[in-house]
Amino acid sequence: MEWETVIGLEIHTQLRTKSKIFSGASTTYGAEPNTQVCAVDIALPGALPVMNRDAARMAVKFGLAIGAKINQTSIFDRKNYFYPDLPKGYQISQLHLPIVGKGSITIDIDGKKKVIGITRAHLEEDAGKSLHEDYHGMTGIDLNRAGTPLIEIVSEPDMRSAAEAVAYLKSIHSLVRYLDICDGNMQEGSFRCDANVSVRPRGQQEFGTRTELKNINSFRFVEKAIDIEVERQIDILESGGRVVQETRLYDSDKNQTRSMRSKEEANDYRYFPDPDLPQMVLEDSFIESIRAELPELPDARCQRFITEYGLSDYDAGTLTANRELADFYEQAVAALPAQPKLIANWVNGELAAHLNRDNTSIADSPVTATMLGELVARIDDNTISGKIAKEVFEAIWNGEGTADEIIEKRGLKQISDDSAIEPIVDEILASNPTQIEQYKGGNTKLLGFFVGQVMKATQGKANPKQVNELLRRKLGD
Amino acid sequence: MSINNEDVQKIAHLARLAVGPEELDNYTRNLSQILDLVEQMNEVNTDGVEAMAHPRETKLRLRDDAVTEENQRDKFTGLAPASENGLFLVPKVLD
Repeated sequence: MEWETVIGLEIHTQLRTKSKIFSGASTTYGAEPNTQVCAVDIALPGALPVMNRDAARMAVKFGLAIGAKINQTSIFDRKNYFYPDLPKGYQISQLHLPIVGKGSITIDIDGKKKVIGITRAHLEEDAGKSLHEDYHGMTGIDLNRAGTPLIEIVSEPDMRSAAEAVAYLKSIHSLVRYLDICDGNMQEGSFRCDANVSVRPRGQQEFGTRTELKNINSFRFVEKAIDIEVERQIDILESGGRVVQETRLYDSDKNQTRSMRSKEEANDYRYFPDPDLPQMVLEDSFIESIRAELPELPDARCQRFITEYGLSDYDAGTLTANRELADFYEQAVAALPAQPKLIANWVNGELAAHLNRDNTSIADSPVTATMLGELVARIDDNTISGKIAKEVFEAIWNGEGTADEIIEKRGLKQISDDSAIEPIVDEILASNPTQIEQYKGGNTKLLGFFVGQVMKATQGKANPKQVNELLRRKLGD
Repeated sequence: MSINNEDVQKIAHLARLAVGPEELDNYTRNLSQILDLVEQMNEVNTDGVEAMAHPRETKLRLRDDAVTEENQRDKFTGLAPASENGLFLVPKVLD
């Protein structure tokens, strides 16, 4: 039987506010345990929540960016459960009337566009952290994270493969960073994801029984976890069994999912409107002021890169996936407007490879946009070849100076003077008579050999185009 | 009766309330009466009436995003039955 996979994602996005959603405690990551908590966060009796305006602002910003209906009146509810990292015994969330209603986002999958529906996005508070290392048989609780504002972004079950789920996750990740409402740091848990996964016989209308996958906090794990879970469900169904609706934990070491001991009565949260928080009413002017500050979004920017700079879909997509990278690219182009494509190749090639190699973010790149622009300008004006430019790039990366300084200091200036190249070409030809015979006998691939010899003799400094021309002429082509 | 003793036990457990066996019948009867009242209210036609989340029409006050709290860890951990290295300690929980 042919099976179809159905996936929906729930993404928890920590908002980049300075203070918590309902208190004036700091949200900075990585502080000493419990140094960023106040009476509200630890639920001392009588403490009352006061809503952070910027958390509402950021949620609305997201809603506008996905073309969603903004609910100008929204309600906070209590979601009741007992767990030590949630001192109040309930999480303040939004159930029936979330701040952001239905919207959508377009993803790109194998060059095809697909619209993924977003059911809703609601505001809520994060919980604290439990540390299960042994404290004399007890568990340690750090409440620094308790009360950090989140939006939970719930998708429709619109994805049909793990690859689509990852593409959607990346699109949302890119979007929240463009909007500057989340730092997107998955390792620190600022951007987290659960996946609802089911399979059904292709053509069937009803959905199969789904499982919820947790602990998949990297793009790679999302893909692997979904693939392995789909395989597990198909195996069960094909051997006549049935899938149990449950929460499963992904174990990346073993690449398998396993049933989580479900939180007792997990689905009985007894939601009700929080009496401490009256309805949140957002004025038109508030919403319009947010609309006015929306930046150019990834899709629009990608299209502009294609038309304005003549880039391929692929290059434009790679460059605009990340706001900082796109900004970097445009700064480099500003330094050398004549070569947008060549700059794109360098940003997506050498720069990306170095960032990746040294595990560095674009913001910390030792090669700035202006430096890269200057380097590419030297290729453009034939001062150096593309090959030498890689050596220069490496040197700039290592902090040895600007492109011009390095070219000067290392004497890398390209030899573009025929009268300087010609004697070297003659010398190479004179010392390789056998190869000349073979070349003339029809083995034209040997041209590459001669070019290589000349480049070697000039330490790569000869202009390769001229070397080629000279060789062809002398070999009688 | 719209609910039974078993339901009451379950709800009491979810709310971590100790309800003794001798109190069960009483709770079941009282809670049932409340639910019956709600059932009765459900009969009223509410077409065109917007759902109300709060009895008062107050709007939520929004505050500026500023850090106004300072570290009071020692005070807070001092209130807890057990703490160590700045962490609150609780009976072992398993994920």
